[in-house]
Amino acid sequence: MTTNAPTGAIAPNVEQPAPGAPNNWRRFFSFSTDHKVIGIQYIVTAFLFFLIGGLFAMIMRGELITPDADLVDRTVYNALFTMHGTVMLFMWTFPVLNGLANYLVPLMIGARDMAFPRLNAIAFWMVPVFGIILMSSFLVPGGPAQAGWWSYPPVSLQNPGGNLVNGQFLWLVAVALSGVSSIMGAVNIVTTIIKMRAPGMGFFRMPAFVWTVLSAQMIQLFGLPALTAGAVMLLFDLTTGTSFFDPIKGGSPVLYQHFFWFYSHPAVYVIILPVFGIFSEVFPVYARKPLFGYKVVAVSSLIITGLSAIVWVHHMFASGTPGWMRMLFMFSTMLISVPTGIKVFAWVATVWGGKLRLTTPMLFALGGLVMFVFSGITGIMLAAVPFDIHVNNTYFVVGHFHYVIYGATVMGVYAAIYHWFPKMTGRMYYEGLGKLHFALTFIGANLNFFPMHPLGLQGMPRRVASYDPEFAFWNVIASLGGFLLGMSTLPFILNMVSSWVQGKPAPDNPWRAIGLEWLVSSPPPTENFEELPNVIAEPYGYGKDEPLVSNASAMIGTELAPTPSP
Amino acid sequence: MQGSTVPSETSEVLIDGAMPAEAIAHEHEAHPDLRVWGLLTFLASESLMFGGFFATYLLLRGAAAQWPPEGTEVELLLPTINTVILVSSSFVIHLGDTAVKKNDVKGLRLWYIVTAVMGIVFLAGQVYEYATLGYGLKSNIFANCFYLMTGFHGLHVFIGVCLILGVLWRSRRSGHYSSSHHTGVEMAEIYWHFVDIIWIVLFTLLYILTRF
Repeated sequence: MTTNAPTGAIAPNVEQPAPGAPNNWRRFFSFSTDHKVIGIQYIVTAFLFFLIGGLFAMIMRGELITPDADLVDRTVYNALFTMHGTVMLFMWTFPVLNGLANYLVPLMIGARDMAFPRLNAIAFWMVPVFGIILMSSFLVPGGPAQAGWWSYPPVSLQNPGGNLVNGQFLWLVAVALSGVSSIMGAVNIVTTIIKMRAPGMGFFRMPAFVWTVLSAQMIQLFGLPALTAGAVMLLFDLTTGTSFFDPIKGGSPVLYQHFFWFYSHPAVYVIILPVFGIFSEVFPVYARKPLFGYKVVAVSSLIITGLSAIVWVHHMFASGTPGWMRMLFMFSTMLISVPTGIKVFAWVATVWGGKLRLTTPMLFALGGLVMFVFSGITGIMLAAVPFDIHVNNTYFVVGHFHYVIYGATVMGVYAAIYHWFPKMTGRMYYEGLGKLHFALTFIGANLNFFPMHPLGLQGMPRRVASYDPEFAFWNVIASLGGFLLGMSTLPFILNMVSSWVQGKPAPDNPWRAIGLEWLVSSPPPTENFEELPNVIAEPYGYGKDEPLVSNASAMIGTELAPTPSP
Repeated sequence: MQGSTVPSETSEVLIDGAMPAEAIAHEHEAHPDLRVWGLLTFLASESLMFGGFFATYLLLRGAAAQWPPEGTEVELLLPTINTVILVSSSFVIHLGDTAVKKNDVKGLRLWYIVTAVMGIVFLAGQVYEYATLGYGLKSNIFANCFYLMTGFHGLHVFIGVCLILGVLWRSRRSGHYSSSHHTGVEMAEIYWHFVDIIWIVLFTLLYILTRF
């Protein structure tokens, strides 16, 4: 974006056909500092990694369709589940949600960009860098890390090849860089939300999505340093021969587990909170009702942030944790269902009696909500110490968190992508393909992940390439569901690519939604607003017939034909 | 961080990349300079990483039979001198900040040079201590913690010195820093105080507490 077209600068049109204009695709491959470009860069990059992680999962499901370990070598299987978990969390869910936050937060709070645009770009460009570092571990002797995504010592400290640069080493470097990128993102987003809100945009006028992003990024700020500290010590143990986690020399492997889960449990809320925000945005639009209990929903995000810091030991009930600690963390874990339950009731009450429009985003949001409630129920079961010890390290746990991360999170992300697709691209997507995508995803996800619950209750351990033939029935169903999920991405890709290229042009506000982002053109102009909006109402004013801003026409520029505000 | 080479009134971000809407961009108000906010948010987060190391140290100490183990006792004289140097440097750097607020760039340069020298003396003292201690990183679990914590802190001191030298480099150009424009100066100072505060906790844990 170094060339400039002076003629384009004179024209007051927001859709200049000049380099750097919203409809020029080249800027997506440049070091752009525009939050909207970076947001889309994040989303597309993350989706590519989602496909890679999904490929790993499908190979695993292919292995598990028969009881014997006959498709891949057992060490390859270990590498696959390790890389699947790592890619899906650090290279798909975090970046894609960061992308949505990047794109939407400045628009939603009425800012021209993020607080630190260049830091924003650096944080994004680290994603492909550590992605490539992680993938390159397939090429080093011994292959990728095999210790699972949590990399517990002493398993993660085994280095039979004796190479300094081994799979585990590259894993630690990639995760540490991911942490640096996420902290940069968190500093940027938190500063933006606190300091760059438009005039009149008080905290209780921010859309719920902004509240949830703020809460999630605050978790990154307090949690990631702990993971980084643990990773640094593990790296020292692995490379220099220190003994932080070696019990023979006075270290403690359980200490690593504390570090890991002190971040990685709250990380679940980093993932799910923005999805809660997406639900809170999508339901009011397609039910034509204000978000039920907006302020309570907003504040319960912060309560979740607080509680998320004091629940991590529930991952360690079977790690020799003393009884009093188990009791304490069982209690705190169950407590977190209160603010979460508040949100679920608020969404149900929002949808209840509304004039529902079952568009693709609404279907994904409803499907995501149903699957989230299911995962919430199994979550309460797992919080109970006696039950948790019974199913510890079985497929029940795998089923539970896949309902959270696929059922709620991926479905929520799909809802968001469809909902804001017209805004991001200026084109409408094809509703038919979208609904096909939803049907395949919803059926596939349930077929894939529901059987894991009975399997876990029957005692099938996780992370094994072969199993007793008595588990075959549910495994075959899960594998079929897994392949269906893989197929479900095809209509999505087809829809996104063809719609962006030749879809019907989208109006500024195709859903008749209320929010600052819907007042500007689709796609929004560089710097978003001609004049900063002056916000005069709470969000979600459905059925209230009051304007959201006092300067709607000045905000989008006088040269443009003003679109009637909803 | 956002480039401090650019005066905040004409934030580079708006001009960066020669946007087609440049004409419009100039009419917009300047991009707000929130670097100090960003730095404080980052340091709040960064302090928790040290918090993690401190927690490790205390937990491992609690589980050990003898702390520090035989043969890995710490020196006290040199680290105490080092502590005095680092803590006083926090006051010295503040004199520089006070000077630039009075438009006295010469004073800023003087006090920042003194601070940088004090930081380098601290690092040299640290290196000397490492060389004379008689045990290394791998000696035992206490040595692991000792070198990790002091080394990680030393890295932060090094970054702090680099920031101060960066401020000095930029202050050569007259008018770069003034009473109304000194965010970079302030950020280097904030970072330096952070390094200092961490050291006080670290010194208490690693040196003073091992005496009891």
